[in-house]
Amino acid sequence: MGDFIVTLLTGLSSAAALFLVASGLSIIFGVTRIVNFAHGSFYMLGSYIGVTMVTALGSGGIAYWLALLIAAVAVGVIGVAMEVLLLRRVYQAPELFQLIATFGVILVIQDVTLWIWGPEDIVGPRAPGLSGAVTIFGEKLPEYDLVLIAVSPVVLIGLWLLFNRTRWGTLVRAATLDRQMVAALGVNQRWLFTGVLFLGSALAGLGGAIQLPKGGADLLMDFNIIAAAFVVVVVGGMGSIGGAFLAAMLIGLLQTFGIQIFPNSTLILMFLVMAVVLIFRPWGLLGKPESPGHGPVEAPEAPLRPANRKLRIIGSGVLAFLLMLPVAHLLLPSIIGDFTLVLVVEIMIYVLFAAALHFIMGPGGLVSFGHAAFFGGGAYAAALMVKFTDAPMEIAFWVAPIGAALLAILFGWFCVRLTGVYFAMLTLAFAQIAWAIMFQDAPASVAKALGEWFGWTAVEQITAGDDGILGIWPAEWASSRVTYYYLTVGLVVAGLLVLRRILFAPFGYTLRAGRDSPLRAAAIGIDLKQHQWIAFTISGAFAGLAGALFVYSKGSVFPTSMEIARSFDALLMVLLGGVHSLVGPIVGAATFTWLNDIFNELSYWRFLLGATIIALVLLLPNGLVSLGDTSVGRRLGLGPGREALA
Amino acid sequence: MSVAVLEAEGLHTYYGGAHILSDLSLSLRDGEVVVLLGRNGAGKTTTMKSIMGLVRVRAGSVTMHGRNITGWEPHVIACAGVGYVPEDRRIFSDLTIMENLEVGRQPAREGAPTWTPERLFELFPNLAEMRSRPGGRISGGEQQMLTLARTLMGNPRVLLLDEPSEGLAPVIIDQMAATIQALKEQGLSILLSEQNLHFATSVSDRAYIIEKGRIRYDGTMEELAANAEVRNTYLTV
Ligand SMILES: Nc1ncnc2c1ncn2[C@@H]1O[C@H](COP(=O)(O)OP(=O)(O)OP(=O)(O)O)[C@@H](O)[C@H]1O
Ligand SMILES: [Mg+2]
Repeated sequence: MGDFIVTLLTGLSSAAALFLVASGLSIIFGVTRIVNFAHGSFYMLGSYIGVTMVTALGSGGIAYWLALLIAAVAVGVIGVAMEVLLLRRVYQAPELFQLIATFGVILVIQDVTLWIWGPEDIVGPRAPGLSGAVTIFGEKLPEYDLVLIAVSPVVLIGLWLLFNRTRWGTLVRAATLDRQMVAALGVNQRWLFTGVLFLGSALAGLGGAIQLPKGGADLLMDFNIIAAAFVVVVVGGMGSIGGAFLAAMLIGLLQTFGIQIFPNSTLILMFLVMAVVLIFRPWGLLGKPESPGHGPVEAPEAPLRPANRKLRIIGSGVLAFLLMLPVAHLLLPSIIGDFTLVLVVEIMIYVLFAAALHFIMGPGGLVSFGHAAFFGGGAYAAALMVKFTDAPMEIAFWVAPIGAALLAILFGWFCVRLTGVYFAMLTLAFAQIAWAIMFQDAPASVAKALGEWFGWTAVEQITAGDDGILGIWPAEWASSRVTYYYLTVGLVVAGLLVLRRILFAPFGYTLRAGRDSPLRAAAIGIDLKQHQWIAFTISGAFAGLAGALFVYSKGSVFPTSMEIARSFDALLMVLLGGVHSLVGPIVGAATFTWLNDIFNELSYWRFLLGATIIALVLLLPNGLVSLGDTSVGRRLGLGPGREALA
Repeated sequence: MSVAVLEAEGLHTYYGGAHILSDLSLSLRDGEVVVLLGRNGAGKTTTMKSIMGLVRVRAGSVTMHGRNITGWEPHVIACAGVGYVPEDRRIFSDLTIMENLEVGRQPAREGAPTWTPERLFELFPNLAEMRSRPGGRISGGEQQMLTLARTLMGNPRVLLLDEPSEGLAPVIIDQMAATIQALKEQGLSILLSEQNLHFATSVSDRAYIIEKGRIRYDGTMEELAANAEVRNTYLTV
């Protein structure tokens, strides 16, 4: 009894930070329509600034709480700075481009935090007068947990009053529904946006600060919380703060109870709950279907066109260069070293991955936040096949895309029922399930349980979690660096051509028709969802093929191949390159991988990468390919940048 | 003749590559009700949005009391005293009637009537009974009244009314006509867009006829009433 109640209370207290972060995320999205990827970073900053403030003010009595409050306000101000300096300049840009901007902010904040506070995890300060424990039915519960339990409802009520009893709140709710109309009624949206960014960021900062006595501060907090916050927002219903509250409590309880029942599967459990909720309530517990909204009038997207001659010539040139590179390597090994070949192989792999993602994002009109699931899925499919059956590489190269496609069929069944941000978040959640399965080696747990049941001796480990699967090397014939290089180039170019072929086939036209006008497509009898499901599967299969190339180029695979950061990398490649053209993902992936490679050598490379991304967003709001639209590009005869590579 | 409160001159507006308004000029004088008549897709809404700053005009100018307001942001134009009532109503469906009115509220303005919810409920008695009902759960006619009331909360001097009679029952249309008359008597200058000639005639002083984004005709309502040829060319379906 006491045990149960204490677990319940622990669950509720652990939900506090999650609720604060998720409500902030939800509020910001509601008004600005920007999914603030950097929200986890704000949470992390709240923790670090909190530590510093507590140290500065001393942790006695009022000073401690004041320190937390200052941390929250400081993070709020950082959020405002991001809005004023960055987001405000990209509100007019395509919605997706704003994502990259906030992604750049994540990278910058990661390194700034590292620089200021150092790499060591920081143990959180104790709350004054609350470091003891209370006894409930004979079980101990930390006193601080009681504070955390109280925080969520207090904040919930505060927010409710703010949004329902003040003019500012009314305006914010109105702007969430139709911000253009609010402007036409004489309200300066800028103040609303800035205020909302302050509020949302401060909530995240408060979440980070308030959990200090329990969790301290570390550099992984940002990505760890953002996935959970997305889950809460999606389960609760986008834009619904009450929903975020319910969902945060649900997830909090699930994690504390889950850890007792399935100690190794808490992550999986969380995402599983989300999947179940979304099957029955696609818009979340308290959410409503996305309203079409009255955004700024956008010019209809220019249709994809086959490449013009200049581009064909450039394309052939690039291909010739790729084919000649190993020859140059053999002739002049001192200039074109092994390293160059390795880099180009890596670039090619990401080009295929990005092209696969682009296939569903651009023509499919569905933005996947979790495409690493298929990249890593393919890699793991190949690696597991080799590990357990000693399959030759030629077989593994088939298994990878097929495995990834099967995964995409499964995930796609849930995901394509949704659109827009819901779709994006759900793909992210599924990717996290896949990641968690690999990371926590869930298959081994299942095998073990089954083994005990039936009295078998199960294998110790299957995916081996963090240790990864090692020793996956190419077949004898492809083992030389040059041969594997040609194999990669060949498969990637073939993959690109197949993807391109599909886009210019009737299937591709239908897909784009559905993207541009779902209602009209439905009216002429197109089953759009089915087309999207198939497209998602095709996209997954090619991402899986990229994964297979990846695993054989590295000789090993780890859960990192599926992590959020990898999905975001791919997203960045597509968005940086420009989503409106087929060349975009290719240029984006090549640029990104290359930059990454250069910056990797340097300390604080994340900062440089992040800053570069932000600069690109500000300078080229239509993607790198739009360089062709600039005066320099036009002089070079690149012509309108929205063309396809032959 | 009184001065022009609102004047559009040589407007050119595009949606992407499509040239929607070309060389469109019109003016609205103090205390006047002017109607912009035209068929579906003629460019009435686009004209309103161009004036309101909701779509960018590529060439031409909009002036208010001689002050150039071209390219101003919508909220600045609204704060300058232009009230916009969109044709698709755009009620904030989750907000109550009172909250919808609150969003439109602006400080009192010199030279314009000052509205309060109570005064508006006298004008629109139906709405008074449903103050705390969500805007999404009232009838279309009531929504039309609410959009107008919401815009009036900003105490505008100039009103842009985009097809106020659209989708309304004849009785409600009469009520709308009476309301417009009342607003005119309060000193508002009103630019109206309409397809319903009968309704337009009952409230307006002058008319412009727009077709394919160009003004094809302008004159008083009496002149238009006498000119069957123009009516037949541009207005009958
Ligand atoms: N967002 C848009 N993008 C592209 N074209 C548009 C857009 N909105 C309107 N148009 C086009 O501009 C033209 C003028 O439209 P507008 O809405 O101004 O007409 P209207 O006179 O208000 O018609 P209605 O009586 O149907 O309201 C039409 O040909 C329409 O198809
Ligand atoms: Mg119209």
